[in-house]
Amino acid sequence: MSPRPKRLRRVSNPPIISGFKPYGGEVRDRPKGSVFLHFEEYEVIRLCDFENLSHHDASKIMDVSRPTLTRIYAKARAKIAEAMVTGKQIIIEGGKIYFDSDWHICNGCGCYFNQPDKGNRVTECPLCGSGTIENCEAMNVDMAESHRQCADLCACPECGYERPHEPANPCKDQLCPVCGTHLMRKNNLLAKDI
Amino acid sequence: MKVAITSTGNSLDSTIDQRFGRCAYFVIYDTETGGVEILPNPNRDAQEGAGPASVQLVASRDVRKIISGEFGMKIKSLLDSLRIQMVVYKEPEKTVQSVIDMLKK
Repeated sequence: MSPRPKRLRRVSNPPIISGFKPYGGEVRDRPKGSVFLHFEEYEVIRLCDFENLSHHDASKIMDVSRPTLTRIYAKARAKIAEAMVTGKQIIIEGGKIYFDSDWHICNGCGCYFNQPDKGNRVTECPLCGSGTIENCEAMNVDMAESHRQCADLCACPECGYERPHEPANPCKDQLCPVCGTHLMRKNNLLAKDI
Repeated sequence: MKVAITSTGNSLDSTIDQRFGRCAYFVIYDTETGGVEILPNPNRDAQEGAGPASVQLVASRDVRKIISGEFGMKIKSLLDSLRIQMVVYKEPEKTVQSVIDMLKK
């Protein structure tokens, strides 16, 4: 059996450097080879130890499960410890990752833009330079909410009572508050009449 | 800083191309010197992979910002890792010159 494919980890902040080199000591005593720290391991150290987030919160940011995040974290610490104790250099590269950044909207010219460099805060529109910008994340939440509302109706086949259907709440498991009959989707009811 | 603007023609009076990967021309504008370079897009009629190939072309010119009407599926993570900013500007009637004027302000 082949193993399950690894889920892509989301990295929102790529490192500003590509590795670390040891210094001091006798150069010829230094071991050959380097430790390869993956981007996701760098990100996990950043989130958990630099931003002081819990593993649970960090796992949501990286779009993996909490146990997976803890495994990546353990591996990252093991690699860093190896580099420090044996005096190897660290190279940050590789890993199953994708880079991500937030979208913003400008109210001045109506354009959308992203900010790949998270170090600088977005203060003005990159196109027209106006300061009236908004983060799209809040809007995405609203859109997800409105998505949950579906246009369908629950209807009673006996008395004609109707109400908006709630997703993940099957109508046939619910009773009509007027006459106590099992409800149905209105579309299905209409189809039945025909 | 260099800015790439997708264009439908090879002059500054052309309108903005609404696609990134298969746009007709790239106008590369240098905000420091005010210089403009117009590149024809070799991936214009590519069957697939036009987006990533165009990213490569634009990145080889050291562009830090791209202005276009739309970006494809494969583009965002590539541009994020190259630290290139995307600006989605859905105004098909606007000319490249007017965008450059906005950037000058």
